[in-house]
Amino acid sequence: MAELSHAQEMKERLTPSLTGGHPSFHDVTEAVSIISEVKTHRNWYIALAITSSITGILGLMLAYLVATGIGVWGNNGPVGWGWDITNFVFWIGIGHAGTLISAILFLFRQKWRTSINRFAEAMTLFAVACAGIYPAVHVGRPWRAYWLFPMPNEFLNMWQNFRSPLLWDVFAVSTYATVSALFWYVGLIPDLATFRDRATTKGRQIAYGIASLGWRGSATHWKNYEKAYMILAGLSTPLVLSVHTIVSFDFAVSILPGWHTTIFPPYFVAGAIFSGFAMVVTLMVIARWIYKVEHLVTMTHLENMNKVILATGTIVGYAYATEFFTAWYSGNPYESYVFFVSRATGPYAWAYWSMISCNVISPQFFWFKKLRTSLPFMFVISIIVNIGMWFERFVIIATSLHRDYLPSSWGYFRPTFVDVLTFFGTFGLFLTLFVFFTRFLPIIAISEVKGMMAQNHHEAHYLDEAVAASEGKQPVGAAH
Amino acid sequence: MAEKPSIHGLVADFDSPDKLMDAIRAARKAGYSKMEAYTPFPIHGIDDAMGAKPSILGYLVLCGSATGMAIAVWLQWWTGAVAYPLVIAGKPFFALEPSIPIIFELTVLLSAFVAVFGMIGLNGLPRLHHPIFNYSGHRAITDDRFVLVIEASDREFDATGTRDFLAAHGADKLELIEA
Repeated sequence: MAELSHAQEMKERLTPSLTGGHPSFHDVTEAVSIISEVKTHRNWYIALAITSSITGILGLMLAYLVATGIGVWGNNGPVGWGWDITNFVFWIGIGHAGTLISAILFLFRQKWRTSINRFAEAMTLFAVACAGIYPAVHVGRPWRAYWLFPMPNEFLNMWQNFRSPLLWDVFAVSTYATVSALFWYVGLIPDLATFRDRATTKGRQIAYGIASLGWRGSATHWKNYEKAYMILAGLSTPLVLSVHTIVSFDFAVSILPGWHTTIFPPYFVAGAIFSGFAMVVTLMVIARWIYKVEHLVTMTHLENMNKVILATGTIVGYAYATEFFTAWYSGNPYESYVFFVSRATGPYAWAYWSMISCNVISPQFFWFKKLRTSLPFMFVISIIVNIGMWFERFVIIATSLHRDYLPSSWGYFRPTFVDVLTFFGTFGLFLTLFVFFTRFLPIIAISEVKGMMAQNHHEAHYLDEAVAASEGKQPVGAAH
Repeated sequence: MAEKPSIHGLVADFDSPDKLMDAIRAARKAGYSKMEAYTPFPIHGIDDAMGAKPSILGYLVLCGSATGMAIAVWLQWWTGAVAYPLVIAGKPFFALEPSIPIIFELTVLLSAFVAVFGMIGLNGLPRLHHPIFNYSGHRAITDDRFVLVIEASDREFDATGTRDFLAAHGADKLELIEA
């Protein structure tokens, strides 16, 4: 009877899985479209005013930096990389969850991804936009940042150094940003056509008409579309793994104790997914409450994400332990010094133990179902996780740099107000982009949710038959 | 006086994907070959039912991948070993190992460009107008309607005969649309 219970369980899981009840296709269109069609609420303007003011601070800080020079930051020998690279890695890592949800979970046929993938992909793009600022401005003369790309120009009579991981990073991050934007747009086209067809004003008709390119949902369209979507998912999967791998090469290919280690690529990728999922949970808890889409983004979705946070948080904890073991087992005194002195007991011990508490201990609460299905609890943990992941990048950068081999080259990194306000400002940019996204674009992938509903309906039908068959209703003719 | 507009085809509007699929199979059996379905989401098995050939996009993307890979190898070799050879930390001017990350990235980049713009191109987009937009209920196609159009250029097409045939297969609404 194992077969019976399996069929019944599958049926229970599939039928209400996505949406809780049995909404029609039209209900889905309505629920998602209405968000963008209702008259703009006063609170939206308030939110925009706040987030764009914070973005304004970012603009001012960047203007000050460009006009004055990198000296306005706390970066100084021996800590040549400070908050700039910390924040760059922090933001790029957050982006990774979006691609994981949109591409990897798609290839693994994880149906629950469908309601959250649009939102998570938006998060990827906005996070990468925030990340991209740092490498561009930290070069010192940002008006020549284009020298990073192999474009012949009249000033620089030489070519880029392709043997440097920093240049690999330029290619990895710009490819990642481009491919994520393309993938996101492809997913949006059919939903933009839905918005176009529902438009009641001339402005919306023209804007969504242009954006949806004349999409008409023909079988031929869908055939090429599904192929393109599958290929993009297949391309994005190794791409997302490569991006944080290459970001980790920025450190691992150097010969600095604490950085020169082969564990970095998997450790960075796990950390990126960890922080990214935490950010999706933070934003989703807020968004499903504001936009009343609790029936599309259910507790199952949030619980699944919390499970991913638990798994990746544990992997990250394991990586921290491995680093210590390797430092001890290698017998390399410099490596041991970084871990046992600089990190665990030295001047940055406060940052190190903050990181451990936030990243290793806090997600362990998600072993308990009661806690991982509690909205306030997951909200708090998701924020703690991102604080912890910020500290991870800061610890890696500062502890390896602050004490050079000669004690005369020892220092301690202190951020300036420009460092702090620039980082604060990037949150403004991130949130401003979100405020626009939730107002003007479909925040849930309408056509994908409908496709999933149709598929579930079919599977439920087959499972009905399977349940009936295993309950002993013999096929006609075999009974006697 | 304007000429009487020609007819693009007959629209049959269904309320479920299953009815649409049944109608497509029946229409194929009845000898119709020039038809197109319009749906709010991709329907599994519809291409087989309509006898459509698989998308050629995959092959185009493969060309994009090969191009990206070739550009990356050439770029790194030519700039580093030919145009401006510069000794950096005693490393070779060109070697495969440090070139792998950029080879990978450019391969993915070019493939993605071809996948997206290839899809848009194969679908004949962007396009300002199409006869399906002459159908009075076309706006519901991106919501919850499943539409089959049998084109007037089909040899079997006959305004009344085709209408009766589709009505018999559960169409809620039938309408001739202008080309």
